[in-house]
Amino acid sequence: MEITTKGQVYLLDRLNIDTDQIISAKYLTGITMNGLGLNLFEDLDLPGFDRKEPAFKEATILVARENFGCGSSREHAVWALEDSGFQAVIASSFARIFRQNMFNRGLLAIELSAEQIDEIFVNKWKNCLIDLKTMTLTFWSDENRSEKKTCSFQLADFDKQLVLEGGLVGFVVKHY
Amino acid sequence: MSRTLVQKIFDSHLVDKPSLGIYALKTDLIMCHEITTPQAILDIKEKWGDKVFNPSKIVALIDHVNPAKDSATALQGKVIRDWSHRQEIEFYDVGCNGVCHALLPEQGYVRPGMTIICGDSHTCTAGAFGAFAAGVGTTDLEAAILKGIVFFREPKTMRIQLEGKLSKGVFAKDVILHLISQLGVKGATDHVIEFCGPIIKDMDMEGRLTVCNMVVEAGATSGLCCPDEKTLTYYKEHGITVYDFEILRHTWQPDENAVYDQDRSFGLSLLEPQVTFGNNPSEVKSISEMVGTKINQVYIGSCTNGRISDLRIAARILKGEQIPKSIRLIVVPATTEIQLQAIREGLAEIFIEAGAFFSGPTCGACLGMSNGVLTEGEVCASTTNRNFPGRMGKGGTVHLMSPATAAATALYGEITDPREVI
Repeated sequence: MEITTKGQVYLLDRLNIDTDQIISAKYLTGITMNGLGLNLFEDLDLPGFDRKEPAFKEATILVARENFGCGSSREHAVWALEDSGFQAVIASSFARIFRQNMFNRGLLAIELSAEQIDEIFVNKWKNCLIDLKTMTLTFWSDENRSEKKTCSFQLADFDKQLVLEGGLVGFVVKHY
Repeated sequence: MSRTLVQKIFDSHLVDKPSLGIYALKTDLIMCHEITTPQAILDIKEKWGDKVFNPSKIVALIDHVNPAKDSATALQGKVIRDWSHRQEIEFYDVGCNGVCHALLPEQGYVRPGMTIICGDSHTCTAGAFGAFAAGVGTTDLEAAILKGIVFFREPKTMRIQLEGKLSKGVFAKDVILHLISQLGVKGATDHVIEFCGPIIKDMDMEGRLTVCNMVVEAGATSGLCCPDEKTLTYYKEHGITVYDFEILRHTWQPDENAVYDQDRSFGLSLLEPQVTFGNNPSEVKSISEMVGTKINQVYIGSCTNGRISDLRIAARILKGEQIPKSIRLIVVPATTEIQLQAIREGLAEIFIEAGAFFSGPTCGACLGMSNGVLTEGEVCASTTNRNFPGRMGKGGTVHLMSPATAAATALYGEITDPREVI
């Protein structure tokens, strides 16, 4: 991943989104990591949720509530997000395996406080700039582009290195 | 300095600390199944010359869809089968296999003090032997297959003391459902739990496997029980010779004055059978609040509760009885050995005569893949581990419970207190 990335935000106002809901078990029958994007969140019965709507289609940054990615270890959940264009998930907490799967694929799992996540939902910020150099996130809405909100975030050095080096396998082959 | 059990395992397996708080650990055992491994196999073949760091440290099998249900799952089986043969990796194929977390201990692969990973969240089950066992994703698995190492954050530690004595009709499953309800679904995230106290001491290994199996539902990385007499009994009963058991038992204990990040204690003498009511495993009620809930299907099986003691208690309740025609009962032994044992002991006959479908081992319907998946509006009383929305089939509802509660529920077609029929 580049040191900075800018993208549209998709707001998924739910907690405890488990990996079964991210990608249903019926799509676990493949032998490659590709092609799962179309089935992302398919079984998620969320009012007004439509993965065909432009706001979802063009989004590259997902914001959700606590314990995102709990349950099954299936990396298919990350591949499905990746395949549909997401580069980062921002949530108030993650399940361990999902979080590591994101970093292992060179993608970002960023934890903010529950209050900070609340603020994103309340303001319905649709745009985000992630800067790994300054370790900051900047949000703004479509309606008011001049008013921006910036907050800092933390990553473990190891996870940051995985993201910058493009994932775990390359890192391990290079260093061990 | 005094150390917890998991700190001792981490220290003894340390290969490197690539950055602050990160442990690169030597893996003693990598378990591979057909759902999460083929992608790693193909990626290694394409990019890294089909390498495997050490085939003797890998065990492979088919378990999630057993046998294949369609051409896609047949291809998953073929990829892992061909790889195992090519790399001379021990492989458990259709006919001698089972759900990985049940098969691994039964076939004698697990020892106290080991590090074990698998591309499966319930890998924590093997912690019952005093091993550090944890689920990982396919990429972690791939790196481990290539280099024999796996990366973990330095775990936060939690000791859970289980005090008292379980009353009749209350089992390991009730204990862990209650603990998850108390800890919450993220209450143990990034923690490794070490269990102790009289209830764990009294519990046999099959019960401990059930408890450790579901720690991930509270977010835990792994859950460990210290090796003791019960561990040795399990080895003996399964014909597994462990020459150095006394050394292992002595080595893999926490220091007496080890300090844990969290120290929790639960008195469970008054615990009733537990049943989930909602859409995550922490939404749990006592049986008295759940009796009378109508169900369409009862499922007895999985890595949580598909072992022989689970089938025995269910058969004891169902012996000579008939389930109502309005429901289905599906009984799925967790391994081929358990299936055979159930046939030899006459349990299979009891289930089938009661009106059950009795199959060979598979993960199957637990994750909504095959062998008893639900449709919209159906309700399943299940001995499995997850009640997430749509887990056993879109639009279906799952109530998690012990095998005794599930069998009692099968008798009446509605959630039933097992203490009335035991």
